[in-house]
Amino acid sequence: MDQIETPMPQTFRNQPAPCQTVSATEWELAAVEAARGRFELFSLWATEDAVHMALRQHVSGRMEMLSLPLTDGAFPSVAAQHPAAARLERSITDLFGHRAIGTPDARPWLDHGRWGIAAPLGAAAPGPDLAPYEFLPVEGESLNQVPVGPVHAGIIEPGHFRFTAQGETLVRLEARLGYTHKGVDALMRGASLARGAELAGRVSGDSSVAWAWAYAQAAEAALAVEVPARALYLRTIMAELERLANHIGDIGAVCNDGAFAMMLAQCSILREEVLRAAEVAFGHRFMRDRVVPGGVTHDLDSAGRAAIAALMAHLRIRFPALIELYDGTASILARTVTTGRLASEHARRFAAGGFVGRASGRDFDTRRDCPYAPYDELTFSVPTRDDGDVNARIWIRIREVEQSLALIEQCLARLPEGPIFAPCAPAGAPRAGLGLVESFRGDVLVWLALGADGRITRCHLRDPSWFHWPLLEAVIEGNIIADFPICNKSFNCSYSGPDL
Amino acid sequence: MRKFLLEGLLRRPLTEAAPTDPEIAAMALATGQAARRRLGRSLSIRQLDAGSCNGCELEIHALSNPYYDLERFGLHFVASPRHADVLLVTGPVTKNMTEALQRTYAAMPNPKWVVAVGDCGRDGGCFAGSYAVEGGVSAVLPVDLVIPGCPPSPKALLTGLLSLLDAAEGKRA
Ligand code: SF4
Repeated sequence: MDQIETPMPQTFRNQPAPCQTVSATEWELAAVEAARGRFELFSLWATEDAVHMALRQHVSGRMEMLSLPLTDGAFPSVAAQHPAAARLERSITDLFGHRAIGTPDARPWLDHGRWGIAAPLGAAAPGPDLAPYEFLPVEGESLNQVPVGPVHAGIIEPGHFRFTAQGETLVRLEARLGYTHKGVDALMRGASLARGAELAGRVSGDSSVAWAWAYAQAAEAALAVEVPARALYLRTIMAELERLANHIGDIGAVCNDGAFAMMLAQCSILREEVLRAAEVAFGHRFMRDRVVPGGVTHDLDSAGRAAIAALMAHLRIRFPALIELYDGTASILARTVTTGRLASEHARRFAAGGFVGRASGRDFDTRRDCPYAPYDELTFSVPTRDDGDVNARIWIRIREVEQSLALIEQCLARLPEGPIFAPCAPAGAPRAGLGLVESFRGDVLVWLALGADGRITRCHLRDPSWFHWPLLEAVIEGNIIADFPICNKSFNCSYSGPDL
Repeated sequence: MRKFLLEGLLRRPLTEAAPTDPEIAAMALATGQAARRRLGRSLSIRQLDAGSCNGCELEIHALSNPYYDLERFGLHFVASPRHADVLLVTGPVTKNMTEALQRTYAAMPNPKWVVAVGDCGRDGGCFAGSYAVEGGVSAVLPVDLVIPGCPPSPKALLTGLLSLLDAAEGKRA
């Protein structure tokens, strides 16, 4: 084994999710400790009669799950102590109608007053007309506001941004999202395991593999399924191809927002070549519906193997040339260096996942720190930086591309023989499982509860962007309005993922 | 940078051959107009995400990479609906996006076409039946062409748009 570190063994990895039922006081205490940094808030969600929190102990790295039964349909607000919980909590109220006592922000988040019903996962009663959304008040001299969206100029997901500027300098950005809310939580309820996998793979289109894998992990943990080794290696190849495609494409897109179109053209060629290899190897450019509970649906044949091997060799030659191009062009560096700096303090408080956190000193990667097979058998490093600007986020992604290449090569070299699927039989009793996978954007979390018949009673899907969006708002302060696109692209938050 | 520019001069272009006529003709137009091919026409496209998972957008983006090079056909993306002939809509049309979609369509000058992209754009795809979606672009706007797939490949998108180019010529003549 080439494992370098020995992280905390995580019990949720191979058995039904352990869950502690706590009192309201303990719940509030956990929120306070999360705000103080003893725990990192990984997610906050609801079921019909309870609310749940996933926390990671900062020192030991252990994942904990707390559950609090509701009292008269209410629970003590976590956001009142810990701002990172705010939007998750507002969504709980929107979807279930559970009230957060003491919440600092009682505005709806996902509910725009257009569904015709209120609390679709709770009472689902006919919805009252909502008052127009109130943006946070701004006070000061010679401020002007620029409202943008939900429809933007480019080919991009919809969301509304309210900029407040003093001259050219931004003093506040407030995002309003929820436009792509599709009601996935409700569609999941009562769905079969297979239908759930289809939905999970479509939470955020650029992270199909990561989402499907996290969902599969949750199901496999709940049902105690042993996944064949070959399937795990194939999942890794897919997940790393997905990371490559996104990182390479986005490096080009960030540079394009800094008016360096040549990087976009060159990176888009490489991205296309990754997707084409994925299609040859796994039969779909985004490898969608390939990862399912129990294993994978598509084996790698010799043609697929050759295509991936050829891609790796090709990228090893082409990619360094692009990095040289980026690093040697002063005009793009002038746009990326010192722009959009995220303080490491903020990254830590919000437990920012992925390259956003790692570019601001948060040294966490699910693959290493909450390891899942087969990453515990593979050699890779987790790059981090402290400068936290657009340039740092680009460099983290460059380094991660190199790691992904190495990981895929290792997987090809060691690919075990054998079956690629193990059936998942219903447990005959209610079960729940937790899945946590490192997508290109950061950790995606799935909590899945199954009934005795194996049907889904609740599936909670937490996208990394929940914690990135508020940080982007913080980052933008003091930058000029014209730098918003490049800052925004350097985060590349998902809209569909958190809107669900 | 010089290296890349020089290489661009010396290397064969990556751009691939256009989809063939039978492929284009095979795209069924909802309006049933007779296709009339005339090269040199151009269409301005406004893309709108009405609640997609972003998968369709990624493939629409790919149309601009050198392999497909959409602009060689006179097709290009525009920022304002006021400059657009075609509204290219993705997603199961979420209720939270319905008004934005209608207003974007209303802002376009006549004549105009609507293309529904992806299985979601066709009928809501795997999100159909949710309280939060309308279910397909045609639930909100008159649709001229559907390009199915989850997501449709860039080639399928290109083929669909070229078939529209023909039909657009018919509608205008
Ligand atoms: S058709 Fe598929 S790729 Fe397109 S938006 Fe729907 S789920 Fe996403």
